[in-house]
Parts: sequence; structure tokens; C-alpha cells
Amino acid sequence: MALLEVENLHIFYGHVHALKGITFHVNEGEMLTLLGANGAGKSTILRAVSGLLRPRQGRIVFDGKDITGLPAHQIVRLGVSHAPEGRKIFPTLTVEENLNLGAYSRWRDRTGVEESRRLVFRLFPRLAERRHQLAGTLSGGEQQMLAISRALMARPRLLLLDEPSLGLAPLLVRAIFKTIKEINAQGVTTLLVEQNARLALKLAHRGSVLETGNIVLSGTARSLLADERVRKAYLGER
Amino acid sequence: MQEFLQQVVNGLTVGSVYSLVALGYTMVYGILRLINFAHGEMFMVGSYLALSTVSVLGMGQVASGSLGGILLVFLISMTAVAGLGVLVERVAYRPLRRASRLAPIVSALGASIFLQNAIMLIYGTRFKVFPEKLIPQISWEVGGVKITLMRVVILVVSLLLMAALYTLVQKTQLGAAIRACALDHDTARLMGIDVDRIVSLVFIIGPALGAAAGVMVGMFYYQINFVIGWTYGIRAFTAAILGGIGNIPGAMLGGLILGVLETLGAGYISPGWKDAISFFLLILILIVRPTGILGERVAEKV
Repeated sequence: MALLEVENLHIFYGHVHALKGITFHVNEGEMLTLLGANGAGKSTILRAVSGLLRPRQGRIVFDGKDITGLPAHQIVRLGVSHAPEGRKIFPTLTVEENLNLGAYSRWRDRTGVEESRRLVFRLFPRLAERRHQLAGTLSGGEQQMLAISRALMARPRLLLLDEPSLGLAPLLVRAIFKTIKEINAQGVTTLLVEQNARLALKLAHRGSVLETGNIVLSGTARSLLADERVRKAYLGER
Repeated sequence: MQEFLQQVVNGLTVGSVYSLVALGYTMVYGILRLINFAHGEMFMVGSYLALSTVSVLGMGQVASGSLGGILLVFLISMTAVAGLGVLVERVAYRPLRRASRLAPIVSALGASIFLQNAIMLIYGTRFKVFPEKLIPQISWEVGGVKITLMRVVILVVSLLLMAALYTLVQKTQLGAAIRACALDHDTARLMGIDVDRIVSLVFIIGPALGAAAGVMVGMFYYQINFVIGWTYGIRAFTAAILGGIGNIPGAMLGGLILGVLETLGAGYISPGWKDAISFFLLILILIVRPTGILGERVAEKV
């Protein structure tokens, strides 16, 4: 069953037609990855789903409910968490404060929040060590861990991850992707935007390829890995 | 030495008033990157509302206002002005949230002029006089320094309000949400924070603190006028810049420093130089350290 359905999505930045009628869906429990070059519109899709951008046209349905045009803070409450591009942690707040804000809309559910905190500290023990430190003093990798953890603190059913490997050392990227896989395996449906196509396709169940605002190719991760065009354009093979 | 200490005490009293008003400028700037030029008017309206409450309650007739009465004056004035602050934000700023930076500044100046003229039309252009004995005229001598009860009230009330604000902003989840909004509206939204509600909250807190300052200035100097919003507002604004605009402890510190320097200047140079000193200070900071004393300390790692 589809947890997220996006139908004929059109987004404009001023006069720039950034998304030109995007249609895709993410099934409950699966991981879908969006591939494509810079400026293809991958982040724009995530920003539209989480409510930061208002579509000119089209429909976004989450768990059977039409969330098109709903303000972002209400979409979070429905169970959609977005770890944005560039991590966007709050640098002058402590690690703990960042995490607590992730659970902002769950203030009635103290025990549940405590449970989530234990979960993210188990996934990323480094954050537990640094919980009282200002988030801006963390290393890039730790900041990415914090961004993902903060998103998990809302106990999402759908997790939107934007470029979690950006600017990180290969070893760290592998570790973080392993954790992402674990999170997904625990039942959190994941929509992953990633430049590192090879890594993303190894992790995801299905993938879609974007080119200048259009989806040009969709399929299972395995079929995309084998696809001639994908291999040439995104996996760096000749 | 005694005279110096006396000036410092006097300066701290005035300074704590500047601090309270400066907090309103700095919090609004922090969250909207907007200089709320109508903020001085919040202070002024607060003062006038206190005057009206005092006369309605008939507190002028009593030898000195009762503690309960004084608290009621603060409460009414602060609540009403908080409402006014929210209204100004809704009417004059929110519709311009996505406009160019200049538009809300012009709108703020318009709101300021509107409020000034409204008060002028309601209360008249003449000075209005507070009853003299609202706060009992008691004073003490400590090491040759004369301290009146009124000054103690101003200092204590200001410091209590500032401590309460500091606790709210630094120690609570709501405070963390305010700080998050000040850093990044979009990411705050992704946390489930309703940014508009946080902005409204800031427009409750700032004007309420400004009103408290207005109440105390009315009781202290006995007379008020519809232009005090400008005279105090511009000093508080200077204090906010001095401490680092957008920075809450900075506004508190800036107000106290400005108050003391101004009083020392007035005492040792000439009272006529008071304004010159404040504005010289403003220019100096803008040239030497535009981020203010506490502005932007924490380095951001990319």
C-alpha cells in the first residue's frame, strides 16, 4: 500500500518551472531514492512534501489524507519528518535542545519522547556523549547524525532524507548509510535524495531518476543499477 | 568617590529601564530581522495606561498606592500593551513578511506615528502628571549614597523580569523554539513549530516588558508626554545595538552600560551632553564593532 502518493506535482520558483508534473509513490516500509544531477529538482520534491513549498498544481497524499498546501508544522504532526539538505541543525543550541525540538509536537507524550531519545542514542552513541555540547561545535559527520536523529525524534512514519552523505568522508558515509538502512528496516518508510547514486541504489528498494523537473526513469534499485543510461550518467561508467 | 557611586546607582536605575525596552527591539530583530520602530510607542502607551489605571482606581487620593494596587497597574498596562503589540504585528508587519526589507520598516514608522498621534488625540499634547506618592518616598543612605525606594523598585522589578525572560528563553522548550525560529524559520517549521505563533509570542513579551518600563518611568519622573516613546525608544535601540542586536543578554547589558555612561556624562560633563554621549556611543559601536558587545560569538562550523 502506498504511504505517500505524489500526483502531477508542479512547483515554480518565481517564473522558473522547477517541477514539471512529477508523479510517484512510496510504499509503506520501503525506501525510495530520487537520483539526478544538481538542480534536477530532488530537494524541491522533499520541500514540497514536507510543506515548505506550496505546489502550483498537483496533489500530495500521505496515508490516504490529502496534505497538499498544509503548513509544514502540521505535516510533521501527521508523521512526516524531513532532515533537510545541508543538515540545518541549530548551531547555537545544544545537541539535546536540537533533539528536543525534533520532538516539539509530541510534548504530551513524555515517555514516548524518552523512548525515541534512547533509540537515537543507541543508533548514534556519539550524540549521547556530546549531548550538552553546542551543535555548531560538532564535526560534519556528527552534525549529520544529529540531523537524522532530530528527524527521528518526531517518530515519523515517513522520513525524508536530503543528501545525508554531503561533504562527509567515505568511511563515515558508509556508517551513516548502514544506520539509515537499519532505521528503514525498523519500519520507517524512507524517501532518500542522494548524489551518490551507487550507494543509494544499494540501499533502496526502488529508485526514480530526475532530469530538469521530470522523472525520466523509474524502477527497482536492481534494474536501475543494471540500466545502461544510469550506469553512464550517474554511476560514472563508460 | 561618593558622588561617583551615586551616579552609578542612578545610572543603573535608568539603565535597567533601557534594558527592558531594548529587549523588545532585540527579540523582534532576532526573529524577524526587523527594527520595530513602533516599539518605543509600546513603552509610551504603557505609561499612559498606567496613568489612566491609577486615576480610575483613585490611587492618587491615597497617601501612597497599596502594593496590590501597584501590581494591578503593572498587570493591566502590560496585558493591554501586549495585546497592542500582537495587533501591530498582525496589521502592520505580517502582511509584509514576504515583501522587501524596506517595506516593513516604513510600515513600522507608520505604526509609530499612528500610535503617537492616537495618544496625543486622546490625552492631549500637554505633560500628564502622575500622583506623587504612589511609591512611598522612603530612602536610605548606604555609605553616603542615597538610594530611594523608587529606584530600588525599578531595579528589582527590571531584574526580576529579565531573569524571568532569561529563564524562559534559555531553560524551556518554548524558549528553545524561540531561539530556533530566530536561527531559521524553515527548519523550525520542520520541527513542528508554528512560527507565526512564536512571532506573536515575541510580540507579547517585548511590548509587555516595554510597558512595565513605561509604568516605572511614569511613577519615577511623575510626568509623561506623548513623545517619550521616541526619546526612550532611541536610547533603548542604542542599548540593543551596543549589546549586539538580536542577543538577549546583550540588550540587558547594553541598557545598563548606556544608563551608567549617560549618567556619568551628565554628572561630570554637563546634563546637556547626555544625548550627544548616547549617540556618539552608537556611532562609535557601529564603526568599531557593528556586531555589538555580545553579538555573534559562536562560530558556525560548516
